[in-house]
Amino acid sequence: MVNAVVYKMILASGILVLSLLVAMYSTLVERKVAGWFQDRHGPNRAGPWGLLQPLADGIKLFFKEEFMPNTADKFLYILGPSLTMLVACLTSAVIPWGPDIVINGESYALQVADINIGILYIFAIVSVGVYGIMIGGWASNNKYSLLGAVRASSQMISYELAMSLSIITIVMMTGSLSMREIVNQQQGFNWNIWYQPLGFLIFLICAFAETNRAPFDLPECETELVGGYHTEYSSMKLGFYLFAEYINMFISGAVMATLFLGGYHFPGLDKLGLSPNVFALVSFLVLFTKITFFGFIFMWVRWTLPRFRYDQLMKLGWKSLMPLAILNVLVTGVIILFNL
Amino acid sequence: MFTKYIFILLTVLALYSGIMVLVSRKPIHSVLFLTLTFFAIAGHYVLLNAQFLAVVHVIVYAGAIMVLFLFTVMLLNLNKDEHSPKSRWAKLLAVIAGCMLMLTLIGIFRNYDLAVAYDPMMTQIGLVKNLGKILYENYLLPFELSSILFLTAMVGAVLLGKKEQL
Amino acid sequence: MEPLTQRSKTVSDKKMTFAEKLYLPAILGGMRITFGHLFKKKTTIQFPEAKRPFAGVYRGRHVLKRDEAGRERCTACGLCAVACPAEAITMVAAERKPGEEGLYREEKYAAVYEINMLRCIFCGDCEEACPKEAIFLTDRLVASEYQRKPFIYGKELLVEPADPEKRIDVSERQTPEVLAFKKDRQHKHNN
Repeated sequence: MVNAVVYKMILASGILVLSLLVAMYSTLVERKVAGWFQDRHGPNRAGPWGLLQPLADGIKLFFKEEFMPNTADKFLYILGPSLTMLVACLTSAVIPWGPDIVINGESYALQVADINIGILYIFAIVSVGVYGIMIGGWASNNKYSLLGAVRASSQMISYELAMSLSIITIVMMTGSLSMREIVNQQQGFNWNIWYQPLGFLIFLICAFAETNRAPFDLPECETELVGGYHTEYSSMKLGFYLFAEYINMFISGAVMATLFLGGYHFPGLDKLGLSPNVFALVSFLVLFTKITFFGFIFMWVRWTLPRFRYDQLMKLGWKSLMPLAILNVLVTGVIILFNL
Repeated sequence: MFTKYIFILLTVLALYSGIMVLVSRKPIHSVLFLTLTFFAIAGHYVLLNAQFLAVVHVIVYAGAIMVLFLFTVMLLNLNKDEHSPKSRWAKLLAVIAGCMLMLTLIGIFRNYDLAVAYDPMMTQIGLVKNLGKILYENYLLPFELSSILFLTAMVGAVLLGKKEQL
Repeated sequence: MEPLTQRSKTVSDKKMTFAEKLYLPAILGGMRITFGHLFKKKTTIQFPEAKRPFAGVYRGRHVLKRDEAGRERCTACGLCAVACPAEAITMVAAERKPGEEGLYREEKYAAVYEINMLRCIFCGDCEEACPKEAIFLTDRLVASEYQRKPFIYGKELLVEPADPEKRIDVSERQTPEVLAFKKDRQHKHNN
């Protein structure tokens, strides 16, 4: 019992540190990738290949002046970024990071909480995620921040629906809401993406919208709204907002890999006859590679596509993705019903 | 046990934020406190081993309805202290309505057999599988009826939205 | 109308086909293009380590040349100052004393020769006007300063070192073509 609790705590903090590290280096990778897409090198001065750049950025953010508008709602102003960060870190709890590992003859799951409603948990966290932005945007007492916050909330609500509907098909196919169950049904090359390509596409688009990434970054649209919801933020509070975006990116990559790309499974991996711990490590690396792939797609799209106009965004969400998702659910239901 | 302290914490939180919903001056604060209340109640659901209910509660109330509330309050910008003083009659009616609701609740809980809650079968009812089974076997008709209710509400909303063109 | 470039496209307001309405083909096409750029040669020049090469005839900071024996070529004739459109050049002439033959090539020399780098527009007219091949513009840059005063460059900054190793190379500005051009009175600005 005590062992299990200690193990869970170590695992949870390990995953937290991992997501923070990944988010840290995502900022560097983002700038590097942006540079490469534009025939530049990207940051390469701080350390070899610019590897110390995130550290430099972090130190810079820490030592920036802490500024607060004097008409701001002090408590909510601080609560905003904190909440965003907290919510961003919460989702990783239900993601299965790999098969069980064995320590001293006892097997432990590489998952913080294998609750039987893992998918719903993710939905809950995602739907709560908008509070940080809304509170921060409102508390700044700035019209641009407020507009950003309002945009964020309506965008998130709109795309959450299509997102949930696209996942319902997965739930219908696997008959379970547990993330581990869903992963285990995708052994080998039996990935969900082959059965639900449309669902995957819808989920991918919605993931862009939910993480406020380009081309859906209207809440922080700098050409119209100065900085959107974080216009009035500076120093580490701004850092929290920016950082949370990268954590969200990492986590949504993990969720997509888990739900559609077979999580930590890779064809032929289980036939290699590796010892359990090595197998777990390799599987984890497989999952990590998939997440990295999604991270790259996030950046790739960001540096390719221009931003949507707001009415286009709403139209896409409600008039294209929603009906498509419902259609997807219907077709899947019919196929399951008649066992086609 | 841990759960006892968590229960006390959640209860205090729920009551405090519930009161703060009424006491807060700024509408935004009220909305946020209401959200906090919902989270505390979701916590209670988890303590009752009803994870599904807890999560759905968070998704529906905290994640959707309260966000819409917040959205509306922000858009209307009710921040300025311009809440019109309600007439004495309205206040009286509100108090009466509140008291009646409270009486109803007290009545329900007085007649409620607490022993049912200790039924070992009942502690598992909040899990998705059991809940789904009960919903779709014993309570199929009410469940479907409620979905029709939602449909009516949606149609009504669409009609209201299209009012000018009719 | 004749299109200006080969890549220009006429914009039309026609209704989109279904495939176009999906946007996905267009998006994928765009992503393919950006992906191609990942592997293209980077256009960045890593500045402090790598420097962009200057053109041989770049007009930067001036130099007052010495001849092969290390004597100053300038005779303070003042033609450069006359030619200068920005009036950046001032000089004070002096007569060579006996025993200074190793320092100055001719009997007259510039005791003071100053160029105000804030006034100079680096047009190169001084170089063109010089009959003694004494002043040249080089590919060196004028350094930034905190005050105005240091921008008035005196002889200590303008005259090249006597050490043959440290001479400033202006051979690229003295190709036969350039010399022929300088002789051609037709191209003179101040005829």
